[in-house]
This record gives sequence, C-alpha cells and structure tokens, in this order.
Amino acid sequence: MARKHYLWKHWPIYSMILPGLLFFILFRYIPIAGSIIAFQDYNVFSGVLGSKFVGFKHFVNLFMYPEFYRILRNTILISLYQLVFGFPAPIVLAILLNEVRKMVFKRTIQTVIYLPHFLSWVIVGGLVINALSPNYGIVNSMLSSFGFQKIFFLQEPQFFRSIIVVSGIWKEIGWGTIIYLAALANVNPELYEAAEVDGAGKFRQVISITLPALLPTIMVLLLLRIGNFLDLGFEQIYILLNPLVKETGDIIDTYIYDVGLLGSQFSYTTAIGMFKSVVGLILIVGANQISKKLTGNSLY
Amino acid sequence: MIRMHASRQWFISINYIFLTIVGLVMLLPFVNILAGSFSGGNAILQGRVTVFPVEFTLSNYESVFNNAAIWKSFSVTIFLTVVGTLIDLLFTSLMAYGLARKELKGRTFFILLVLFTMIFPAPIIPSYLLIKSLGMLNTLWALIIPGLISAFNLIIMVSFFQAIPEGLIEAARIDGSGEYRTYWSIVLPLSMPSLTTVGLFYAVGHWNGYFSAIMYLRDPGLYPLQVKLRQLLIASDATNVMQSVQMTMQSVEGIKMATIIVATLPVLVIYPLIQKHFIKGAMLGSVKG
Repeated sequence: MARKHYLWKHWPIYSMILPGLLFFILFRYIPIAGSIIAFQDYNVFSGVLGSKFVGFKHFVNLFMYPEFYRILRNTILISLYQLVFGFPAPIVLAILLNEVRKMVFKRTIQTVIYLPHFLSWVIVGGLVINALSPNYGIVNSMLSSFGFQKIFFLQEPQFFRSIIVVSGIWKEIGWGTIIYLAALANVNPELYEAAEVDGAGKFRQVISITLPALLPTIMVLLLLRIGNFLDLGFEQIYILLNPLVKETGDIIDTYIYDVGLLGSQFSYTTAIGMFKSVVGLILIVGANQISKKLTGNSLY
Repeated sequence: MIRMHASRQWFISINYIFLTIVGLVMLLPFVNILAGSFSGGNAILQGRVTVFPVEFTLSNYESVFNNAAIWKSFSVTIFLTVVGTLIDLLFTSLMAYGLARKELKGRTFFILLVLFTMIFPAPIIPSYLLIKSLGMLNTLWALIIPGLISAFNLIIMVSFFQAIPEGLIEAARIDGSGEYRTYWSIVLPLSMPSLTTVGLFYAVGHWNGYFSAIMYLRDPGLYPLQVKLRQLLIASDATNVMQSVQMTMQSVEGIKMATIIVATLPVLVIYPLIQKHFIKGAMLGSVKG
C-alpha cells in the first residue's frame, strides 16, 4: 500500500525513465532473449515462436566446422595483439606527455593526437589504403628508396593483422591517454620533488610513483578490455577485409554478418554469437575475481 | 650531480623529439591526402605528392561536387546527424534526469540494467530480425531508433545531473514547479556543457556510422555518406559510384582524396570548438562506465 502511494506521489520521475527503460528492454534485452533461435531451426515464415526446436544441434555443428576454428583463431590472435601492443600504448604516451612542462607544446600534441578518434573507420581505411598503395603509397616509396621490393600489403594475408593493430593504435592511442592523464593530474607533485632530493632518476620515478598512481585506472580498463576480448570492432576489420586476406582476417563478427545476415543462416550464426557473449561474460567475471584477489581492484 | 643533470636534459630532449614524431605520424597521412586532393592525377600516380600539392588543380573537387550520388548520401547523413542527435539528446537527458533523482526508488537496479548492456551487447542476428519484424528494414528510422540511447552517454549525463546542487531543484519544487518543468527550464539550461559533450558524441556517431547502415539498408538510394565512401574508396566499383563523371584512370585517386577531405571537413571544423568539453565527458564516461 505504502509502495503504491510512493509511486503515485513520484509518478513524474518514473514516467521520465519509462521511455528509456522501454528502449533498453526492446532493443537490448529482447534481442538477447531472441538468441533462443540458436536452439531452433529458425525459419523466417514461422518466426521465433513457430520455429522447430533442435536443442544443441547448431552448437555441436559449430565445433565440427573447420571454419569456426579459423574465425575463432583470427579473433583471438587479433585481440591478443591489440591487448599486448594496443593496451599499453596510451599508458606510455600519457606518461611521456605528463613529463612535458611546456604547456603550449603539450596542448598542441594533445589536439593532434585526439583528432583521429573522430574520423570514421571508412576514412581511416581510406588513409591506410593510400599509405600502403604499391604505386604511390608513402610506405612503399620508403621501401623502394631503401632498395626493397614493393609489397601489396592489403592483399597479403600475413600483413592483415598487423595492419589492423597498427591502424587501431593510430586512431585510438591519443583518445586513450585522456583518462590516464586525468589520473596523473591527481598525483601530488611533492612526491616527485622528494624523490628528486633522494636522488631518484626519471626512470625510477616512473616506476615508483607514476605507475602505482595509474594502477587502479589501468586495472579497471584492463578488466573491461578483457570482458570485450572477443568483441573486436566490426567496422575496422570489415572495411579492409577482402577475399585475399579472409584466411587471416575473417573474425567472428564479420563471419556472422557475411554468412548469417547476408547468407540467411540465422540460427547457426546466432549460436556463434551466443558462444561469443557467454565467453565474454565468463572472462569478465573471472578476471574481476582474480583482480580482486591480487590487487584489490574490481568492477563491482 | 652533474651527470644526473645531463641525463635529465637528455631524457627531456628525446621526449620532445619523440612526441613531435608521434604528432607528425598522426598528421602526415591526412596532410598527404589534402595535398593529393589538390594535385593532378599523374603527379599522384607517380608518387610525387607528399605534403604540398603538385600540378595544382581544383578539378578533383569539381568532380565531387558535381556528383549527384555523393550529394544524395551527404543529405542523408546530414538528416541522420541533425534529427538523430536531437532525438537522442531528448531521450537520453530525460532518462538521465530521472535516474539522477534520489526520489527514484530502485535507481541502482535501473542503472545496473543499463550497465549490463555494456558488457553484454545485443547480438547481431536477433537485432536484425527484430528490426525486420518492426517493419523498419530499409528505412532511415532503423539507423536512429535502435541507437536512441547509448549506455555510455547516459551514464555521463547521469553524473553531470547529479553534480547539480540539490537545493536548486528543491527551490524549484517549493515554487511549485513540476518535475517536467524543472527538467526543461532549470536543469537543461544549466547543463549546456554536458549536452554539448554528449551531443557531440552522438553527432560524430551518426556522421561516422557505417555498420547499422549495411545491416539494415538494402536500397542504395538511402545509403549514408560512409557507405558511399566505402564503395568509392575501397571496393573496386569506384567507377560505378562516379559513373556520372567522365573519369579517366588518372583522376580516380585525386577524386577519392577530395571526397575524403569533404567528408571529414565538418568534423574538422567543429573539433576545435568543442575540444575542451569532450575531454571532461570522456573521463566521466570511462570512470563510471
């Protein structure tokens, strides 16, 4: 009774979150529930409610297709390279920027390095193609001026993953520094002065003062990154993907789009998507548990 | 002591040089395209263009501006960006205002409901089937409605609204202002910096959007700029896109570069104006998210 009264009194506030709530339920939770078609032989005419249930058939098939291991391997490898090279890159850059005392210089560099974040992946893809062009690209001009052969980078499977990782770092490294710079701005300058008096060099100061100050931020971002381990940006990869490099470049999301959406294999690819989501959830819960034990930092 | 001083100087110089190189690496690909867009086709193909135009010409831009298909996709994107951003802001700020009020019982639950969608995104195929069953396939609404509220932007707005002094809202209530009026005439006008930040994130998202377009649209007449751009820049059917232009092999690359510049110009123009706003938003979002 009291609850009803409360709602009645504050109904305007509840009515304000209602449209948003309906949005999240309809466009975020209903599709998650719609993953049920992974257990059906989904048929467009019968719909989700009328299609026949087939149990774990698609999941069993999944693990028997060599294709599945190819896209899983590509996804894991690209994600791993991004984690190893792309994750520390903004940390290093932020530490270096933090050492700059000339404010005009610092701000100019910041303005320039944040910019690529606002370019679309299509534009970045265009820039990559331009830079790697065998005819007039800057990379091949440099190679040939050193006497090397020209390389068709975007048609060679062995270069695809590196191109993705490097262009990803190029686009997002600057944006990534923002949060670390904010954490560094809170460090008490007296710590550095005291270290200086004690004779600690720059490197020692970074190890003993800067990194510990960044650790909580690093841990939170690392946990989120691990939770999204199998979620690579679809756009970045799809834009540069071509038949010649599918062997190394086709990932879970591009495969779901090509085979599932364009090829209408709805149930089978939804099973792949579900596999991805569940692995992501396990990873984030597991990583959070480990982090809580080891460093005391956790997401929840 | 003297040796330590020298090593400090050494570190500082290396640091400045390194950061300058990083800055140049960010700018060079773009400057190269800018120079190419004003250069003759032969100069580009022979690799003679680096940072300054060679055989200066405006013909690349003329071809872009005379191309009906590109104009069409431009107008689609402008529509999506303007209308989409306004609707996004309205729904996001309304929900954020509600979630920021401590009178709302079950706040934590509602916020968790939103946060969960960030680590468990809506799967591709069921989303597509949902849009299809709602009859939104092949309409521009499919590019607006499913992205109405971004969890990330919502959380940013909630934190901004929570920073507004409680007393202000209290005073409005005592003066007889209802929740909707407080939201519209007191909180929103006070929140211009946050509306600008979040509005920028939404606008850039609409301007740069590509995935939802290739997911939900099949009619080339509806394609927004980024889809047209991709066809032009990357797929081999560049000649189809530019079919209305008399095109020789030499001019293709210059036209591609001019298109990149034209498509990026709006972002480049607003970027310096709003730079100081978005940094705050990016920090809030990452910390709370």
